[in-house]
Amino acid sequence: MEKEIAGCTVSVNEEGYLTALDQWNREIAEALAAEEGVGLTEQHWEVIQFLQDRYRAGEALSIRSIGKHGPVDIKQFYALFPDGPLKKASRIAGIPKPASCL
Amino acid sequence: MKKLLILGAGTAGTIMANVMRARLDTEQWDITVVDQRETHYYQPGFLFLPFDVYTPEQLHQPMEGLLSRGVNRIQQVIQKVVPEQNQVQLSNGDLLEYDLLIIATGTDIAPDEVDGLSGPGWREKVFDFYTFEGALALRDRLKNWDGGKLVVHICEMPIKCPVAPLEFAFLADAFFADKKMRDKVELTFVTPLSGAFTKPTATQKLGHLLEEKNIQIVSDFAVERVDGENGKLFDYGGKEVDFDLLVTVPTNMGDPMIARSGLGDDLNFVPTDRGTLQSLKHENIFVIGDATNVPASKAGSVAHFESEILTENLLSFIAGEPLKAEFDGHANCFVETGHGKALLIDFNYNHEPVEGTFPFPGVGPLTLLKESRMNHFGKLAFRWIYWNLLLPGYHLPFVQAAMSEAGKDFSPHEIEE
Repeated sequence: MEKEIAGCTVSVNEEGYLTALDQWNREIAEALAAEEGVGLTEQHWEVIQFLQDRYRAGEALSIRSIGKHGPVDIKQFYALFPDGPLKKASRIAGIPKPASCL
Repeated sequence: MKKLLILGAGTAGTIMANVMRARLDTEQWDITVVDQRETHYYQPGFLFLPFDVYTPEQLHQPMEGLLSRGVNRIQQVIQKVVPEQNQVQLSNGDLLEYDLLIIATGTDIAPDEVDGLSGPGWREKVFDFYTFEGALALRDRLKNWDGGKLVVHICEMPIKCPVAPLEFAFLADAFFADKKMRDKVELTFVTPLSGAFTKPTATQKLGHLLEEKNIQIVSDFAVERVDGENGKLFDYGGKEVDFDLLVTVPTNMGDPMIARSGLGDDLNFVPTDRGTLQSLKHENIFVIGDATNVPASKAGSVAHFESEILTENLLSFIAGEPLKAEFDGHANCFVETGHGKALLIDFNYNHEPVEGTFPFPGVGPLTLLKESRMNHFGKLAFRWIYWNLLLPGYHLPFVQAAMSEAGKDFSPHEIEE
């Protein structure tokens, strides 16, 4: 389905996640972050960039990969995106939520 | 003589050895399988073992008898692969040469990856059911457990058979109801994901099951450490969950041999082309089943569907032709919901599980994403199919490697993809 975010028409899924990363921009990220109750600082942007790079490289996103290779440690990641950091950060970064098969 | 070497004699390795033996000329190709174990386990049975549905004897057979005549078996620990020299080193010092290598070493639990998990309380208060020993120990514990807080838990993704923990929770609900002690058990499902179901259709169609079965959900819980002695799980965000009995799925990792060979990612899974199943680094190495990093489920059905694609691609590779066969991520899994019922789900890289019928469009007899008794019998019947049709490498009637879209209720939007 289509949705207007920060003046741009983008396609999103039922849960409001962008379905095409190439439609993402910083203004959209700001708007999505506001919906999640997160104010974006320089550290948030570093995490977003990391997640997008990993996603483009075809890697599955995980808390482990943040802790091992990310710009912040897992505790900081939780502090930046409280209550479900991976699902919040992925939504703001314009990439799919980590999911299982069902 | 050319050499096809297969590492691992689990589901994928056994099928590949048997199928390739039937397809390759015995005068030209030697086929050898290396696995340190001597017993092959029917892993889908581990889910039922704690509830005394299967006897332990029904779940294993000697590996030796499962390989076709003309397949050599070596029972030895694999030290490492040396791709530059097309060699595999065994821990006894032997060197095996190969022209073509299949890595099928699967995945195993790694309880040491979470602080405290394998410490005090392990297999007393803290159990896994992804190993034969773990499932058996849990069976013995459940026999005389008098109730309390039962927590079913996933440490981190990806795991083998991702629905098994939820099935465990459903079966536990039915098990305690049958024992007339359901009111003494507080059942909680703790997951690092956003919920027990993560796909929109499944959430909508199956969400009611959790409420009906009175299963509490704690989501987005990334475990940091476990205190087995005092019965507590802690997450990185500061949340705590109390338990009297913890049934956890520890971190799943590929074989340590993958790390020793420098062939894996953080979790020892081998970077693999998701379509052709060729290693991304070495063109004469192919990877199948749980050992790959492809974004398909780690499940026996996936290994089975992959085996049909891989067979075609190996034959193309040997003939010097381009790899034409493309794996679509197809998985097909029974999901036990307790009280003699089950769901069936069918999905691939692009399609999430939806409602419909299987394997015959509009007819069934199995129902997709909907509980039925027939599905449960299908799951139980599968054990015979596994030993007698699947492992020997016979083509299963009516079941295709590529997922069929017929008879399934996709939204028009999904079909376009």
